[in-house]
Amino acid sequence: MMVVAENISKTFNDIKAVDDISFEVKEENTMVLLGTSGCGKTTTLKMLNRLIEASSGKISINGQDIFERRPELLRRTIGYVSQSNGLFPHYTVAENIAVVPKLLKWRSEKIQKRSDELLHQLKLPAAEYGSKYPGELSGGQQQRVALARALISNPPVLLMDEPFGALDPITRTDVRREFLELPELKKKTILMVTHDVQEAFELGDQISLMDQGKIVQSGTAQELLFKPANDFVRKFLGHQKFLLELNAIKIREIWNDLPEVSVPENADLTDSQSLWEAMEQLSDNARDTVTVTDRNSGSVKTISFSLLHQGYNKLKKSR
Amino acid sequence: MEEQQSLWEFMVQQSDKLWSQTFAHIGLTCISLLVAVLFGLPLGIWIAQRRKAAWFVLGFAGILQTIPSIALLGFMIPLLGIGALPAITALFLYALLPIIRNTYTGINGVDPAITESARGMGMSKWQILFSIELPLAMPVILAGIRTATVVNVGVATLAAYIAAGGLGEFIFGGIALNNSNMILAGAIPSALLAVIFDFLLSLVQKLNVKRLRKVSVFLPIILVTLSSFYLTPLSQNEILGGFTPEFMGREDGYLGLRSKYQLNIPTVVISDAVMYKAAFEKKIDVISGYSTDGRLKAYNLVTLEDDKKIFPPYNAAPLIREDVLERYPELQHALDLLAGKINDSVMTELNYKVDYLKQSPEKVALDFLLSKDLYKKPTDGNKGVVRLGSKIFAEQYILVNMYKLLIEGNTELKVQTRTGLGGTKICFDALTNNEIDMYPEYTGTGLLVILKPTRTKLNEISGDREKVFDYVKSEFSRKYRLNWLRPIGFNNAYALMMRRTQAQSLNIKNISDLKNYSSNENHQH
Repeated sequence: MMVVAENISKTFNDIKAVDDISFEVKEENTMVLLGTSGCGKTTTLKMLNRLIEASSGKISINGQDIFERRPELLRRTIGYVSQSNGLFPHYTVAENIAVVPKLLKWRSEKIQKRSDELLHQLKLPAAEYGSKYPGELSGGQQQRVALARALISNPPVLLMDEPFGALDPITRTDVRREFLELPELKKKTILMVTHDVQEAFELGDQISLMDQGKIVQSGTAQELLFKPANDFVRKFLGHQKFLLELNAIKIREIWNDLPEVSVPENADLTDSQSLWEAMEQLSDNARDTVTVTDRNSGSVKTISFSLLHQGYNKLKKSR
Repeated sequence: MEEQQSLWEFMVQQSDKLWSQTFAHIGLTCISLLVAVLFGLPLGIWIAQRRKAAWFVLGFAGILQTIPSIALLGFMIPLLGIGALPAITALFLYALLPIIRNTYTGINGVDPAITESARGMGMSKWQILFSIELPLAMPVILAGIRTATVVNVGVATLAAYIAAGGLGEFIFGGIALNNSNMILAGAIPSALLAVIFDFLLSLVQKLNVKRLRKVSVFLPIILVTLSSFYLTPLSQNEILGGFTPEFMGREDGYLGLRSKYQLNIPTVVISDAVMYKAAFEKKIDVISGYSTDGRLKAYNLVTLEDDKKIFPPYNAAPLIREDVLERYPELQHALDLLAGKINDSVMTELNYKVDYLKQSPEKVALDFLLSKDLYKKPTDGNKGVVRLGSKIFAEQYILVNMYKLLIEGNTELKVQTRTGLGGTKICFDALTNNEIDMYPEYTGTGLLVILKPTRTKLNEISGDREKVFDYVKSEFSRKYRLNWLRPIGFNNAYALMMRRTQAQSLNIKNISDLKNYSSNENHQH
């Protein structure tokens, strides 16, 4: 399910909120629209389910022109999580989740079965939470209900507008982690809006950095970090650059520079984890070295602050 | 004896009337509320998305709200006549603002993130309205309906002024007759109605949204049922009497018509302010007017002769506190300047100028004094202040203005006027409570409304104007330390009136003729 936007623009009272942008999101990929407030990222997202009608341009989902369908019917096939969750306060959790299936005229047993399944995955057992009202849930729980509501009818495409924006930093990290691990989401084509660079880097297969209605650069986290297209990108990432880089580089990339352990033991990390996580392990446990395993070969190596530093420097020079 | 009757006894005795008035009151309130909800709710929804229209609609409804209720009823007369229709229309207009405004506020108060996510999931405009916006706005909308209900229960008392019935009949009758039991018999049930309705609606408001959906289906049904309590009391064929609340309760009024003349015609209660016009417009046929009223001339009405002499004399004279007169003895001379100067036809003419030609009472008073050479320039003295009161009709305004000019021209005193003090009870209480110093009163009113003498005493004096004046003067002095000064000359007594054309075609000249005509009519039916 590919999402393709070609030369789309949106003008509000002669002001170009979105200025002739094009992008493509590949099937089962996550694209993050990143930028400061007012850059046009939310407008871009909302044009995809026609909450905002594009002034010009073409948008297609899986080859089908979205403007050929009635907006209501189109929206029922696209999952949507709005800013600050948008749950209906007078509907129970179960009723909130059932909104789209009811619009699609599902039978009630089907709705029940599917929502039980989803709530279970999201660690909100239906028996306990189904009849609660959103007001009785914590922020993180509300956000998961909003996610369940967007996922219930199995839409292949999911649009998320600052989905974690209303959460405090700690809950935010937790919910994000769950989000990454949720099997349902691995099969979705996702477009997500955020202003949080770290969030974008963590979740996005592809990141489009926007400014003044245009996409300044689009690419993977490493591309943005190590090959910034211009000063704007450099500056935007600048103040968190070191953290982002350590997050973006996986241990695998410095694997060859690490010494092998003579006696294999249970490793602390895997090679798909980032340098940042390795640093966390080192400092949290106040240890000089931690062990890393390569899942494929099963070999185990050690990593220390100085090794980490050497590997990082070497990598930077080679780019 | 009447003074000793308890409120409860009064209510039991008048229970027929009390129930019919209560039902009429509930009916008026509910019908107008129902119409206001049916109209205001969709309008509030419509303007919720339209800023300019909202500004206009809310502004207009707000202006309607600022019109005094009695004035709004007055505006209705030329458009819709009297009776239920104008009363309901006026109540409807009053109920409109809180309902429109709260619907508007309620819907606009729904978090935009919620409606947007509803749109984002593919709900249609109407689905969003009925499933999201209205349920979430419902507590605010209900608060508006609650406000409108309580306001309407209150304003509905005024419906009695235009022959639409309701508990106002007792309230205004009681004020006019100085009968506290009657006032309370109207005021307590209407206050209870307001409290009960408010309480019931507060229960609805507290329900959670789930149950509210069910209740909101029943609410209109309940409203319609309650509305049906109200049946229009106006009949079509017979001669219809329209009498003021005061007249309805008086021995020298409607009660006397029934006991002495055996007159038994269908009647509605109506305010003095609209009665003449209603007679002119053939909404009613017989009214209880005052013999010097200017509208008699304006609307081409004739008075029916009181051939059995049931209406006692009503000679106008200044009624003043004795302590004020002692402090400023020169007042007596100034006030006596008007004594004997105005007869019935002159007073009718003066009233006509104010009521019909719309001249100001100040101007009419000044013109009259000038023509009689009684006017003197104000002395601008500052010896003290005299507070003049008046009841709420033109004749009193004119008289008070004349007295003001006479006092300020002939003494060193200043005058403060407090006009429009409602009925006799309000004026008299203001006088005895030292809120005013004098007002023009009528001997018959003093006799029957304030003194309420025994029947034998009444029979002894009521036919003779001198005897009535002397009795009233001595009793007021003894009981209240109030002084009746010399009468002005005219006799503003009660009189039954009809349209001149109708009276002539039916050949009705006096009240007995009317009685004979109506009992023949009844017989035929």
